[in-house]
Amino acid sequence: MSWFGLTPVESEALRLSLWVSGWAVAVSLPFGVLAAWVLARLKFPGKSALDGLIHLPLVLPPVVVGYLLLVLLGSRGMLGAWLHRVFGITFIFTWKGAALASAVMAFPLLVRAVRLSIENVDRGLEAAARTLGAGPLRVFFTVTLPLMVPGVIAGAILAFARSLGEFGATITFVSNIQGETQTLPLALYTLTQVPGGEWAAMRLCGIAIVLGLAALVASEILARRYAARLEG
Amino acid sequence: MLDVSLRRKQGNFTVDAIFRSEAAGVTALFGQSGAGKTSIINMVAGLARPDEGHIIVGGRCLYDSKNSVDLPPEKRRVGYIFQEGRLFPHLSVRSNLTYGMRLIPRAERYVEFDQVVELLGMEHLVDRRPAKLSGGEKQRVAIGRALLTSPSVLLMDEPLASLDFARKAEVLPFIARLAGRFSIPILYVSHSLEEILNLADSMVVLEGGRTVASGAIEELMSRRDLQALTGYTDCGAVLSTVVESHHEAAGLSDLRFQGGILKVPRLEVLIGSRVRVRIEARSVAIALVSPEQTSVQNILPGTVEEITTGNGTLVDVKLDIGCPLLARITPNGLAKLDLKPGMPVFAIIKSVAVSHGVLF
Repeated sequence: MSWFGLTPVESEALRLSLWVSGWAVAVSLPFGVLAAWVLARLKFPGKSALDGLIHLPLVLPPVVVGYLLLVLLGSRGMLGAWLHRVFGITFIFTWKGAALASAVMAFPLLVRAVRLSIENVDRGLEAAARTLGAGPLRVFFTVTLPLMVPGVIAGAILAFARSLGEFGATITFVSNIQGETQTLPLALYTLTQVPGGEWAAMRLCGIAIVLGLAALVASEILARRYAARLEG
Repeated sequence: MLDVSLRRKQGNFTVDAIFRSEAAGVTALFGQSGAGKTSIINMVAGLARPDEGHIIVGGRCLYDSKNSVDLPPEKRRVGYIFQEGRLFPHLSVRSNLTYGMRLIPRAERYVEFDQVVELLGMEHLVDRRPAKLSGGEKQRVAIGRALLTSPSVLLMDEPLASLDFARKAEVLPFIARLAGRFSIPILYVSHSLEEILNLADSMVVLEGGRTVASGAIEELMSRRDLQALTGYTDCGAVLSTVVESHHEAAGLSDLRFQGGILKVPRLEVLIGSRVRVRIEARSVAIALVSPEQTSVQNILPGTVEEITTGNGTLVDVKLDIGCPLLARITPNGLAKLDLKPGMPVFAIIKSVAVSHGVLF
């Protein structure tokens, strides 16, 4: 497979990066929205602890996160062994593990953006929907969530971009296996380790820049389109 | 139809309200800002929880602290029209209107979409977005949206407060029409006596969270002890009337009220319309015999009910002419006629002294 004159190694890394980041965002989005809602709307003991836990990947060295995932989800880890036995899911040394590492690292960014958008939703509109006969769950899906869309888009794109750049946790947790876990940054790292890889590394840098810009432009276009919809 | 008794402490402010109204029609919650009006209808809607009391609407119990009844807002079937409209910005006007309606089983609906759209004059609005509507149009959509849930009570929280004079005049007749068209109670919060006089049948006066008086508009408006609260500098009485006939040559209209006919300058309204008029006490004179030759159009027989000597310079006389009427005369006039409660007299009202509300 070769896109736009990319070498097989490059297109493999690009394809894998998009695949892994896409899955990371898709799977973490519902949890991110839930966590943001809980933090924005509920009051309960231990809320600060939960807030801290969610934000931990933002302040920890990525290697630490990767190592903890390895301990927890490795083939002999507590959770890893159980998941493999019951569901047949293996994270270690697979792209699923890469997606999980990316999701964990990007989660705080996702939650922050979504939480901000929940806090901006006019609660008066939710109250109005209640008086019109909608229960709390229906109010969430028909009023709160649609009004959060700009924040959810922003959060998802931010998380996607963060996943594309994920390196430390990934290489620690699932290693650097070409075609399975070798995403763009890992491929770039590999090239910098071999003599004469400078030009190939520059090409990967270029791909990363194009990808990042595309994500930003996409987020801008979606946000504008949605704002225009609200204004009629 | 409405039976409300509520207590709720919020900080160092206590809402303590009791009122009932038997008939369908508009009950106004009147009071200055901070009197607890909005708190009360929020409790009726289930958006705030009272500490104790009960709320019964049309025989259905929505809240009762004694029997631990506390229906959530979505089960209460109240149509709440908020001051700011609160239309859903992400939905079209049509989807806003049908938001609540679609959640009500067809068999329980007493109004249909087309009917409401026509009643509120919204045919040209349904395909727009709320952001593109004027203030008055937004409020009409908000009223329609609430009405389409076929509610058992309509709650209106100063629905006209955010509108300028022209927009008020645009929305007011629609609200007035609702009361006549559907036999559901309307609880109307306002600090504007003008609006209340135009719309309401009965009134609950609130001060500092407490009910100070409740009853029919005519009765409350003629009570001297409420004069300070209602904010009118001149006291006066309010009469509910129906337009009986127009006299083109004389330039007059006849308004029928409980005690007979009141003649006023020609009104540009249809015969049969309801008109509420306010007669200031100082433009009512009293005579013991009916004056024979006079330019005054209204000479109405009645009896003296109560004589109140205020701060010395003037005397307020409450008359019964089939309904309460207030007359303000001088102590000299009182002495000359030697008025006593129970005496038959004639109330003399100049036509031009009668001010009337927006008509419907």
